[in-house]
Amino acid sequence: MEEEKKQVTTTQKPPVSNGVNVQALLDARTALIDAPEAAQFTWRATNEWAGGTHSKSTVQEFFGLGADQTHRTTFQYDADHPEVFASEDHGPTPVEFVLVGLASCLTAGVAAVAQNREIQLNSVKATIEGDMDILGILGGDPEVRNGFNNIRVKYEIDADATQEEIEALVAQSQKRSAVFDVITNPTNVTVTVN
Amino acid sequence: MIRIPTVVVGAGHAGLAVSKLLTDRHIEHVVLERGEVANTWRRERWDSLRLLTPNWQTRLPGFAYSGNDPDGFMTMPEVVGFIDAYATAVKAPVETGVAVRWLRRNGDRYEIAADGRRWDAASVVLATGGFNLPKLPALAADLPPGIESVTGIDYKRPDQLPEGGVLVVGASATGIQVANELQRSGRQVTLAVGEHVRLPRLYRGRDIQWWMEQIGRLDERYDQVDDLVRARHVPSPQLVGTPDRSTLDLNALTAQGVRLVGKLSAIQDGKAYFSGSLRNVCSLADLKMRRLLDEIDAWIDEQGLAGEVGEPERFPATEVENDPALSIYLSSEISSVFWATGYRADYSWLDIDVLDRKGELRHDGGVVADSPGLYRIGLNFLRRRKSSFIHGAEDDAIDLTEHLVSYLEVFHGMRAAG
Repeated sequence: MEEEKKQVTTTQKPPVSNGVNVQALLDARTALIDAPEAAQFTWRATNEWAGGTHSKSTVQEFFGLGADQTHRTTFQYDADHPEVFASEDHGPTPVEFVLVGLASCLTAGVAAVAQNREIQLNSVKATIEGDMDILGILGGDPEVRNGFNNIRVKYEIDADATQEEIEALVAQSQKRSAVFDVITNPTNVTVTVN
Repeated sequence: MIRIPTVVVGAGHAGLAVSKLLTDRHIEHVVLERGEVANTWRRERWDSLRLLTPNWQTRLPGFAYSGNDPDGFMTMPEVVGFIDAYATAVKAPVETGVAVRWLRRNGDRYEIAADGRRWDAASVVLATGGFNLPKLPALAADLPPGIESVTGIDYKRPDQLPEGGVLVVGASATGIQVANELQRSGRQVTLAVGEHVRLPRLYRGRDIQWWMEQIGRLDERYDQVDDLVRARHVPSPQLVGTPDRSTLDLNALTAQGVRLVGKLSAIQDGKAYFSGSLRNVCSLADLKMRRLLDEIDAWIDEQGLAGEVGEPERFPATEVENDPALSIYLSSEISSVFWATGYRADYSWLDIDVLDRKGELRHDGGVVADSPGLYRIGLNFLRRRKSSFIHGAEDDAIDLTEHLVSYLEVFHGMRAAG
């Protein structure tokens, strides 16, 4: 009986489901290679000062597939600085948003790549740390940069796969990650005032 | 105007392979060559270069290496000798010193102009190589004046470069080989490493190419591979052909004193900036190599060959220092930049609308469907993973000649002898 049960579980492997519609992504890639102008996206956010170092950001619209697009709801975020910075701590510091952006991007990538490789994920957890010498932003040492001097992301992944397959998921996710690219490569930034 | 069934453009190994098969089928043709037979191998390669494939693998239809060093790797003069001997052996109808100026379509025929002469052909095979021009990234234009810029096409030997540091951009076969010899010439080399393919020269006592051939990897077809665009653009593997059959990977270069940095991502205000992705591109390559070795091991077990070959090996991960440099000052640290960023084919003489928006030829395994009777041979993964190797020309040439002969029969009423 035990033997029979074992056989059933090994021969009838349930379909892998990580909740990512990989087929839609692959179809989109095929369609966009032939219509590259539709692949041009513009992401947007608005930001408003709320007193002190506190500001509120709103994310609602973006442009893509040749048209204006709208998120299902309007998302709002508070950003501030902690009390050790003599601030009121109404929200995460902007650099923490950057860490959130990187981790969310990589995790989404892990799920998509796993789905494409037919690997069932059971749990994915990331701890992300960014080191910073704040003498940079305080203007206390001209040799010190403002931004992170190192970022570490540690994944703990439980999946129906070997350790090497899991490592390959995480590596592939970095390779295809927009935020990983934004952080690891320079980007021209233009700030204007009306 | 010379009326002829087929014109082959280019007398390199691929054009000659097609010529031999056309001759076997009694299809009259001419092979037009801008320079001499094997021109690119003669003039557009550096002095120390040897083939990446061992001599036993260097073969063309009806012709193979016959020397006494099957495990060795041909130098460029030896490659030229090999291809020259092939042209003679197969009596290829080559016209040398004939640079094609343009190729046009006239109804269902092709008109070819070269050096004051014209050919009127029912079919044309483009065998002009895939490495005619260096493929430079847009940021190459930002290089400050005063810094020498060199590519694999004009580079011959280290003393051609000024003294001082060299930035080698790209860790393909070209990049690692040139980085190695420039570092040994006494110049400090900084190697900018993007995505790359790591391979050991020998595995379990045999050449890696032997394993790739045995497990069927080199025969993988263009219409069976998952992501053809990617497969066609994978950088050449980190391999070198040397008499001692040694592996030249990033760890070997680091041991020589080469400094590894990430992919070159910008040149601005006299500084070169490198991506922070070095660790990941090295992991990707290490993992990918391991998967290949696993596959080879599994094949060996399956074939019951474990007793006849060496023990399985696993190679150390690529070492990346703790904080690889993210930028360097070009003027103080670098006197020349070597662009190992790939090559591209020159289609500027092609007066037919068959290029895609990236300037690459639209073709289905070498058959240019938008222009019946036009064929291409000798590109990366044209029809198979081995397409870009010398021995890869044979199967592609067989398939394409077969297609071409049927085309001439059906659309031009020409009977070819079987």
